[in-house]
Amino acid sequence: MLLIPCPWCGPRDEAEFHYGGQAHVAYPDDPAALSDEEWARYLFFRDNPKGRFAERWSHAAGCRRWFTLTRDTSTNTFTNTSAAPEVTA
Amino acid sequence: MAERVSPLAGFEPVSAEGLRIAEVPFLTQVNLRADPESPAAAALGDALGVPLPAEPGTWARGDADVLWLGPDEWLVVGPPGGAAELESRLRKAAGEARVGVTDVSAQRTTVLVGGSRSRDLLAHGCALDLHPRMFGPGRCAQTSLARAQVVLAAREGGEFAVLVRSSFAAYLWAWLLDAAAEYL
Repeated sequence: MLLIPCPWCGPRDEAEFHYGGQAHVAYPDDPAALSDEEWARYLFFRDNPKGRFAERWSHAAGCRRWFTLTRDTSTNTFTNTSAAPEVTA
Repeated sequence: MAERVSPLAGFEPVSAEGLRIAEVPFLTQVNLRADPESPAAAALGDALGVPLPAEPGTWARGDADVLWLGPDEWLVVGPPGGAAELESRLRKAAGEARVGVTDVSAQRTTVLVGGSRSRDLLAHGCALDLHPRMFGPGRCAQTSLARAQVVLAAREGGEFAVLVRSSFAAYLWAWLLDAAAEYL
């Protein structure tokens, strides 16, 4: 089980978290102008790297805050935990 | 007026050497949302007789207990029957500021787990490190206890307040009794 470092509560079991997928996926400036293919690409297409991957997590069974962490998908280590992680309300 | 029945009214408190489990029903609980940096947060602290705890995972005792739930969220726990007074006191202190004050007294009931075995018992179903060095008096946490969402608050003398949702209370009580079998 992953031990996920919540920026507020400290390291907690993976079971307390909800996964939010890839981070930094920007909402289109003008969604109405997109073609169906572009819209589907925004909705469904995500990176799947081997290595560092910025992703969203929600501490669902704890403080219920969303935050962004960088996880190495091959080693499952979190890499940006020493610096203050990006937090959004 | 209809008689109020607590979620654990049908269960006998447990008292054994080294372990006590008892419900404290109907505690007043008020959820508080405020910007911790704002003047309103200071005013709310004054109204409660203790500054809102800013350090994650801590609670403080003023006129009521103030538990940290999130960076801009606290749970104020007081004696039974004081919800209306507490809510209006907090609203008055907040004034026009962007502050959320919500009476959530019916959301959870409180189970007190005390005695020298209390940490061992809770450790059966809780992944947190409950050692006094990590989770001593004044610490609190929202976490899972036997897969039920709870708010844990450590008090003096190895006593824990376990705040659990009313609908989960009977399940958690049964689980506590089962886990406590070896200590009774």
